[in-house]
Amino acid sequence: MARTAQQTGPLRLWIDWTACDGRGWCTELLPELLDRDPDGYPIALDPAVGQTRDLTVPAPLTGHARRAADLCPRLALHLRPASPDVGARA
Amino acid sequence: MTFDDYAMTTDDASTFLPTSPPASSSAATRPARPTPPSHSAPPTPGRARTGGDDDRPVTSEGGVGVVLGRGGEPVAMTGPGRPTLGARLMGLAVADLADHDRLYGAVPWRGPGGSLLYELRASGLTGRGGASFPTWRKLATVLESARRGAVGPPVVIANAAESEPESAKDVTLLLRAPHLVLDGLQLAAEAVGAGEAVVYVKAGPGAQAMHRALSQRHATGRDRCPTRVHQAPATYLAGEASALAAAVAGGPARPHAHWLPLAERGIGGRPTLVDNVETLAHLATIARWGAGWFRGVGTVDDPGTLLVTVTGAVRVPGVVEVPFGGTLGELLALAGGASGPVGALRIGGYGGTWLPASAQAEGVFSRAGLAAWDASPGAGIVTVLPAHACGLSQTARIVAELAGQSAGQCGPCVTGLPRLAEATAAMARPGSPVGHTVVSAYTHDLGGTDSPGRASQPRPGSVSGRENPAAAASRALALAALVAGRGACHHPDGVARLVRSALRTFAADIRAHADGYCRGSAPA
Repeated sequence: MARTAQQTGPLRLWIDWTACDGRGWCTELLPELLDRDPDGYPIALDPAVGQTRDLTVPAPLTGHARRAADLCPRLALHLRPASPDVGARA
Repeated sequence: MTFDDYAMTTDDASTFLPTSPPASSSAATRPARPTPPSHSAPPTPGRARTGGDDDRPVTSEGGVGVVLGRGGEPVAMTGPGRPTLGARLMGLAVADLADHDRLYGAVPWRGPGGSLLYELRASGLTGRGGASFPTWRKLATVLESARRGAVGPPVVIANAAESEPESAKDVTLLLRAPHLVLDGLQLAAEAVGAGEAVVYVKAGPGAQAMHRALSQRHATGRDRCPTRVHQAPATYLAGEASALAAAVAGGPARPHAHWLPLAERGIGGRPTLVDNVETLAHLATIARWGAGWFRGVGTVDDPGTLLVTVTGAVRVPGVVEVPFGGTLGELLALAGGASGPVGALRIGGYGGTWLPASAQAEGVFSRAGLAAWDASPGAGIVTVLPAHACGLSQTARIVAELAGQSAGQCGPCVTGLPRLAEATAAMARPGSPVGHTVVSAYTHDLGGTDSPGRASQPRPGSVSGRENPAAAASRALALAALVAGRGACHHPDGVARLVRSALRTFAADIRAHADGYCRGSAPA
C-alpha cells in the first residue's frame, strides 16, 4: 500500500474477492464507480454491454477511491497501478 | 460424453513410430540417421488400456514414418492418408531415455542468462495450458524478477494437473514423451536460473510415467536442476496456476487472490514459472531445432502444432497433434470423423464455448480463427455433440458440475454459480406445451407483438415452480454477467462463457423448450 501511494499515472481498483464479504462501505464512499449487486457485493456494470467493466479510477476520483480502500473493513479493496496484465473487474 | 479412455489415443496412427525407415525419403532426409526404435520393443507405455480386449496391433502401419531433416528434426510424417506435418511431439515420441537420447541427442544446454529466450521469442510459442500466453514473456518476467533481487532462486513447475475432465493430452504426452517434457523443464530451469523444478501431476499413469522417467534420469545424472514430483489433487481448480502454487507450497490447492503475476511473486515469494507440460515439450524441440523450424507449420500468429483431445461423438476419440490453422472439420476427420450428424461443437472443455455445427467447415483452429465465436484454442479440447442430444441439458449438467467445483472463496462465485446452474437447468427443461401463441421474452423481437399468450407466461425471475425456459434464459444471461470477472481466478468467467455461448448456439432449442418440446433426445 505504501508503494502504491507514491504511484502516479492511472490507478485501478483491485478487489480481493476472497476477502470481500459485501459490507458495502466502498459502494457508499465511491458511488461514482461502484454499485451493489443483489447480494451487496460491489459491482460496476457497464450498461452499454451488460457486462462488468474494469475499475480504472478517473483522476478526480483518486482521493475518494483511496479513502474507500483505506476504510474497507475487510481490507479487500486496493489501489494498484493500472497495468494491462492485472485486469480486476467488479 | 466424458472421455473415458485416454488410451484410445494410441489408435491414432498419425502418432505412431515407424517400424521401418521412412518410406519416402525426401532430399533432406539424412540416411545415416539411426533407425527410430521399433514400436514393438518398448510396447508403448502409453497403452495403459483399461480393458485389454480390443488391443489392436500397433506395429505395421504400412509405410508410416517420420521424415527427418538435416539436423534430425522431424519435418513430416509419411503414410497413406495421414496428415504429414503434425508430428512435432508425437512423431518421435519415445518413453525410454536411451531411445530418447538416440533420437534427440543430448540436452541442448544454453547456459544461464536466458539466451533461450530469444529463440522462444522468435518462435512465437504460446502456452498450451489454455491461456495462450507468450512463453518467452513469462520466462522473461521470472528472469527479470530474479535479477531484481527476489527472496530466493526461481521455481519452475511443469503443470500436468489436467483438471479439465475431457482432456487427455497431458497424460498422453507424459506417457509417450516424458523425457521431452523433462528436457523442456530442465532447459526452462536453466534459462531462468531456477533452484528447484517440480512436476505437478495428477495421480495415475501420468504420475507413474514421471516417476519412472525421473528415476532413469537420476541414474544417469542428466538433470542439473533438482526435480521432484508433486501430486495434484483431482479437483477442477487444481490446475489453476495460483492454486497450483498454493499446493506446491504445501497448502490446499485453492486459487489465491494476487495482483502480481506468479512469475514475479510466487511460491514463498520467489519468482515462479508455471508452464503446461506440452508447452515445455515444444520448448525442448525449439531449443534443439530452432524457431525457424518451429514456424515451419502453423499460422503466423499461432506457429507450430498443438495437441488436441477430440472427444464426444467421433469414431476414434483421442489425442491428435495438428498444426494451427486447419479447419475444425479436418480436425474431426483425424479422429475418424463424426459418428453421426453433428449438433454442435464445444471448444475448450467445460469452461469452453459452444459452436454451431456449421463451424466445422468455417471454423479455423487458431486464436484468430476462433475469435469470431468468442472461443479460443484453449487447452485443446474439441467435443462433438451429436444432433440428437440436447445441448441445453448438456450445458446444464456442466454448469451444475462447475458450480460444485467452486473453491467457495469469492462471494459472487459462491452465490452466483448455483443460481446460474439453476437457471440453466430451468432452461434445459421443456416447458408446458402451450402452443404457438406463447412469445418468449428472450428469443422474440417484441416490437409490435402483443400476443395474448404473453399474459399466461410465468413471470421472468420466478424461481419457484417451473420457470419458462425462455425466461430462464434471460435470467441466465443476467447471472452470467454478474459472475464474470468477479473472482480471484477465472473459474466464473469460464462458466459465464459457456452459458453465453449456449444461448447463442442453442437459441432455437430454447424457443422449442419454451414451446414445450425438445429438438434433441437427451433426457431433460
